[in-house]
Amino acid sequence: MTNTMGLILSGWKKPALKDLSYNRSVSAVPFGGKYRAIDFILSNMVNSGIKNVGVLTQYSFRSLMDHLGSGKEWDLDRRYDGLFIFPPSMSDDESGWDRGSADAMYNNLSFLKRSNEDYVVISQGNGIFKMQMGEMLRYHLDTDADITLAYRQMYDYTKEELSRLGIIRINEDNRVIDLQEKPLNPQSDLASIGIYILKRTLLIALLEECIAHGDYDFVRDIMIKKLDKLSIYGYEFKGYWRNISSVRNYYRCSMEVLSDPEIREELFVRNGKIYTKVKDEAPAKYNEEAEVTNSIVADGCFIEGTVENSVLFRGVTIAKGAVVRNSIVMQGSVIEQDAVLECGILDKNVVLTRGKYLKGDSDYPVVVSKNSVV
Amino acid sequence: MVRKEIIALLLAGGQGSRLGVLTKKSAKPAVLFGGKYRIIDFSLSNCANSGIDTVGVLTQYQPLKLNNHIGIGKPWDMDRMNGGVTILSPFMKEDSGEWYKGTANAISQNIDYVDKMSPKYVIILSGDHIYKMDYLDMLAFHVKNNAEATISVIDVPYEEASRYGIMSTDEYGRIYEFQEKPANPKSTLASMGVYIFTWEILREYLIRDEQDETSDHDFGKDIIPAMLSDGRRMFAYRFSGYWKDVGTIQAFWESNMDLVKRVPEFNLYDPEWKIYTPNPVKPPHYVASTGSVKTSVVAEGCMIYGRVRNSVLFPGVTVEKDALIENSIVMSNSYIGEGSVLDHCILGEGVVVGKNARIGFGDDIPNEHKPGIYNSGITVVGERAEIPEGIVIGKNVMIDMHAGIEDFCGEVVPSGSSIYKGGECE
Repeated sequence: MTNTMGLILSGWKKPALKDLSYNRSVSAVPFGGKYRAIDFILSNMVNSGIKNVGVLTQYSFRSLMDHLGSGKEWDLDRRYDGLFIFPPSMSDDESGWDRGSADAMYNNLSFLKRSNEDYVVISQGNGIFKMQMGEMLRYHLDTDADITLAYRQMYDYTKEELSRLGIIRINEDNRVIDLQEKPLNPQSDLASIGIYILKRTLLIALLEECIAHGDYDFVRDIMIKKLDKLSIYGYEFKGYWRNISSVRNYYRCSMEVLSDPEIREELFVRNGKIYTKVKDEAPAKYNEEAEVTNSIVADGCFIEGTVENSVLFRGVTIAKGAVVRNSIVMQGSVIEQDAVLECGILDKNVVLTRGKYLKGDSDYPVVVSKNSVV
Repeated sequence: MVRKEIIALLLAGGQGSRLGVLTKKSAKPAVLFGGKYRIIDFSLSNCANSGIDTVGVLTQYQPLKLNNHIGIGKPWDMDRMNGGVTILSPFMKEDSGEWYKGTANAISQNIDYVDKMSPKYVIILSGDHIYKMDYLDMLAFHVKNNAEATISVIDVPYEEASRYGIMSTDEYGRIYEFQEKPANPKSTLASMGVYIFTWEILREYLIRDEQDETSDHDFGKDIIPAMLSDGRRMFAYRFSGYWKDVGTIQAFWESNMDLVKRVPEFNLYDPEWKIYTPNPVKPPHYVASTGSVKTSVVAEGCMIYGRVRNSVLFPGVTVEKDALIENSIVMSNSYIGEGSVLDHCILGEGVVVGKNARIGFGDDIPNEHKPGIYNSGITVVGERAEIPEGIVIGKNVMIDMHAGIEDFCGEVVPSGSSIYKGGECE
């Protein structure tokens, strides 16, 4: 796929993520013990041979820039091409922030024009999935489509969750005949997973036309409006896929990774590695009292208590007598002696002090924001 | 080029033959240690943490793993425009070419490298020890004393003193006598093999030593005594703290086990003094509902379905259901089959143990081929060996690298025996 470049739209605020996306872009939400959401799409691109990737940021991008750095961990620190991060820029008319996905891409049109790959993969930055993008490109070439959109049959999503996605209907040739963004009444369970492939020159033309009309959203103003004029085909993605868009599905996705070895295998072992920023932590240390079952534990953890069905990020301390159940504890947090945490999500550097008892519900996990002392 | 105040020269060419099959295909400094590291990481990280950014690593014996590991020095922040890490291997000269004949000769052959950096001081290190030390504190001591050589020393028990180079010093720490591995030590201050020299002076002694045909070209045997007899200003810098030479199977096993204690003497978790190494690209480790880990150190990428006690697990180790790992060191990407039990074992990288094997069970009799190496009750399995299912392996057994199932005869490998790759069954 050396003839393909990548564009990751990392930006938009998700109010449903509450404190987890306070001060960080949704693509920068920590996931799986050591990763951030964007690691998945970025590693998918790199594992598929893409060597030129632009990340368009918008909301609270500091943590994302810190995480991506020069792109070294993804082998994208290159003399030619590599990783480019585009923070929002004040445009000529001083309108300020990007108004939508098409606007964001248009504001960085020179990057698209300067690149010389024939094809572009556009993706959201918050999907947790493992995808070989070469297959999708081949499909795009075989169908001779103008735009190929990846979709997945969301048999494992509720109707309510479906209504937060882009729902498509396709004909027998897999041509997309209907696309509705966040419909109140989803007409099918086929949802776009926010990945598109098209020719670079076509994208440039579509963006220019879209902005000239005063529009600014890629899906609403280009894909939906041009459904009849362009041939848009659906490529079915059959693997595991979740998008981090609410506390509830963030929690659910983390728990699914714990409970299903197949999902762990698919995400972390098969078809390429997931790369992330390294931290130089020592291996995790277990003391005699440690009771850890069905849990993911990262480097630098120090465990003297009980941990069940939980994800511990790097450098977490579980003191003696402490109990952590069905929870996610992010980097550097401390569960002090005899404290109990159930169905909780602790952001980075949280301290649950001695003897405290904090309990959420699996449908409504309690979220504690960064640097809090409870 | 900016002149460097001090550069480090790290002697990493040693074989470490007493580590047996662990150093068959790698130099001792490249042996894995502590769940994630290689032995050389400790000295290199000391350099990085001390702010020494120019390090020449002298390699000789089996350098492949070492070269791979160090690369361009990125983990230690030594991929520098000016200085950084340089691998110095023996090379051909105009009319000859030769191996490094001794520690001093190794430096002599690289005088050009040091001259190019033109440092005021050099620190000579060996890549064989586990310790944390701020070399700049030692340099300050060297400068304060207006010394020409400073040797870092540690107080050892009297009965062990004859294994080391022993210094006798006056009340100011000035060395007046040096004994190399003495039968009757006159002091208990042992050289740690860490020397700071004023480069100008050392350079002179190295050149002089090269011309002496009777010399062994060794720091301990030749350079230090020669400088001392000339009345040079030499001082002993006293170090206290954790310092271990992991030169034998037992010492290697013990210092790894030191890390699993409740409060380890050697703290890997000190944010002020991190130990750096290339990070493996692996997910965090996973402990299953059937798994249990106590008093152990576990690295990323491990999958634990069985029980782990008092052990050190390197990245990517799989422990299947009903398996039990006790008092053992299991190196990267090894696989322990269902129901297998390991006690007092060291497994190299990529070892595969079949189901229901028992390793490390039997009488504690020394290895019949190499009693000097395998004699502390620990069974050592070389990298990528394959252990057949159901087998029982005794203590002090050596399994060769790449040994396959076909190399085992019968159901039992008695204590003190060895299995060789391509070895024949009697």
